[in-house]
Amino acid sequence: MTHVFGIPVAVILGQLMLGLVNGAFYAMLSLGLAVIFGLMGVVNFAHGAFYTLGAFAALLGLQWFGVNYWGALVLAPLAVGILGVVTERLLLRHVYKLDPLYGLLLTFGLALAVEGTLNELFGSSGQSYPVPDALQGAMNLGFMILPIYRAWVILASLTICLGTWFLIERTRLGATLRAATENAPLLQAFGVNVPLLVAATYGGGVALAALAGVLAAPVIQVTPQMGSSLVTVVFAVVVIGGMGSILGAVVSGLTLGIIEGLTKVVYPEASNIVVFVIMALVLMLRPAGLFGKE
Amino acid sequence: MTIGILVSRLAAALVSLTASCAAAAAGDEIVIGDLDDLSGTYADVLGAGGVEAIKMAIADFGGTVLGKKISVLVADHQNKPDVGASKFREWSDQSGLNMLIGGSNTGVSIAMAKVAAAKKVPFFAIGAGGASLTNEDCTAYTVHYVYDTTALANGTASTIVKSGGKTWFYLTADYAFGTQLQTAASKVVAANGGKNLGAVRAPLGASDFSSFLLQAQGSGAAVLGLANAGADFSNSLKAANEFGLTKTMKPAALLAFISNIHSLGLQTAQGLYLTTGWYWDLNDDTRAFAKRFFAKMKAEPTMDHAGAYSATMTYLKAVKAVGSTDPDKVMLELKKTKINDMFTKGGYIRADGVMVHTMYVMQVKSPQESKYPWDYYKVAKPMSGEEAFGPITGACALAPK
Repeated sequence: MTHVFGIPVAVILGQLMLGLVNGAFYAMLSLGLAVIFGLMGVVNFAHGAFYTLGAFAALLGLQWFGVNYWGALVLAPLAVGILGVVTERLLLRHVYKLDPLYGLLLTFGLALAVEGTLNELFGSSGQSYPVPDALQGAMNLGFMILPIYRAWVILASLTICLGTWFLIERTRLGATLRAATENAPLLQAFGVNVPLLVAATYGGGVALAALAGVLAAPVIQVTPQMGSSLVTVVFAVVVIGGMGSILGAVVSGLTLGIIEGLTKVVYPEASNIVVFVIMALVLMLRPAGLFGKE
Repeated sequence: MTIGILVSRLAAALVSLTASCAAAAAGDEIVIGDLDDLSGTYADVLGAGGVEAIKMAIADFGGTVLGKKISVLVADHQNKPDVGASKFREWSDQSGLNMLIGGSNTGVSIAMAKVAAAKKVPFFAIGAGGASLTNEDCTAYTVHYVYDTTALANGTASTIVKSGGKTWFYLTADYAFGTQLQTAASKVVAANGGKNLGAVRAPLGASDFSSFLLQAQGSGAAVLGLANAGADFSNSLKAANEFGLTKTMKPAALLAFISNIHSLGLQTAQGLYLTTGWYWDLNDDTRAFAKRFFAKMKAEPTMDHAGAYSATMTYLKAVKAVGSTDPDKVMLELKKTKINDMFTKGGYIRADGVMVHTMYVMQVKSPQESKYPWDYYKVAKPMSGEEAFGPITGACALAPK
């Protein structure tokens, strides 16, 4: 067997593949964060909580109403997105005029409240969500056995990331959204309902988090803590990509997933800090992030 | 990150506020404290159910001892050793604490044991697993009540090696508990003629275990030893199933609670070997306790829930027997009296602080074998306390070899 740095090539390829799967989750989550920050200037610490809520919505939809996985893929982000709009209208819009720190505190508080409530209602061990029948099984790639569901995650996430990028950078709606961040009063003078646009943006951003939650539900235990353990890494990903840069979020999400995967082979103990080490380096060399505008 | 620190400080301040309201003037009450993970990943193992179990024990005891009312203080140690230790110290100094029930997390429990020694307060470690609590970290006031890493390894590892699982690879949680558990299991495997092929240390709370499992698969070992707990255990077992690892390797749970099995489901967990200090469906006594507990918590009790009940009872009986809460007299009484209740028959507290009692190696039933809700385990082998906890090692100065 061929080796690179003493590690069999097959092992490296396998870990690259798994890194890509995790990177796909990072990309989707950091995408939502980047959209919210880029268009609203809000550092959304509640992002992990909305991810958790997406997974719980899928789980409870199945248990209480018999909504299957495919239904949950649409309905859970929709429900969480509406919750996001309500949150924006009731709470978040009051802090726009204040220091960004207030938005950060508010969303962090929301995240704690959501996690605590879910803990109280469903316990900390969480529950299992079944892999849908159509995506059961695994395929042999030669160098590894890849469960079909994980392949689906990569496919779904890349499609969504590309779609979101296209929507914001290449469509008229996206142009209006970007205009709202550049000069809201002017846009309002043109007759565009800016507050509605902002609320919809927040709703859309957290719906992306919820969608990632539904995608994650069959592979990890659905617990109240699932979001908080992921959100710090995702924040690092966004900082590395450049706060507010959509392309940056997607590219750095996938890349860091892969780097983390390789670290798990070389020195597993460091796998949970490698992202932060890279973040520190990027902040030193390029404070605006790899894709951020100076 | 400064925001994170600020918020956790605020939360800690809030907890101490509520606790001091409940505090009684020292002397007119017997005060039992409970410091546990009430909101984190281990909250289902003991947590709110543990508080309920302690209250059940006090009510069953009659609510008073030596003519004084028995009260309970509860706080969340948030899995932080400094929070646990400072709360313990505060209760001991200001609230007249007589005894402490310690919840999950070995790291926090080691810090609390040091306070127990300094303040001379009997400390019942219920949720923590690390055997160092009765070895290098032992104190004259520590009782390790429910299980420890030695007993877990002696149960699960020796059973599997003897049934043919000779080569082991470990997936270890990278902190005190995980490494102690892996060390204990490796010794048992080697002593029984098995081979340890390697280990991968995964960070606590890793979001994905598939990379680590791929390495385990590459090792060619027959047994995958899961030296982790809580969500780490659930997620690693789920991924092992997903990647087809369970077809070529036999997974061994070095620590799993019935709450974990319940949340994973039998489809995923079936066939798994694990070691437990207690099971709700062992006999009429255990079922009677479980029925009362279930009525309040809507879940069957874990071994820790039963242990918290039993430890509270055992302490109160000792106080009544010596007619005083003097910690040295109570500890003396505790170490010379056998424990007979629904948790154990003939259990006893050894000089080093281990409560020696029967442990059970269990195998998780398949969905077809399970006949009623929470019918999850069949007894693979009961182990006598001596076999489970092994001889005194001599690492504890209180108990020379």
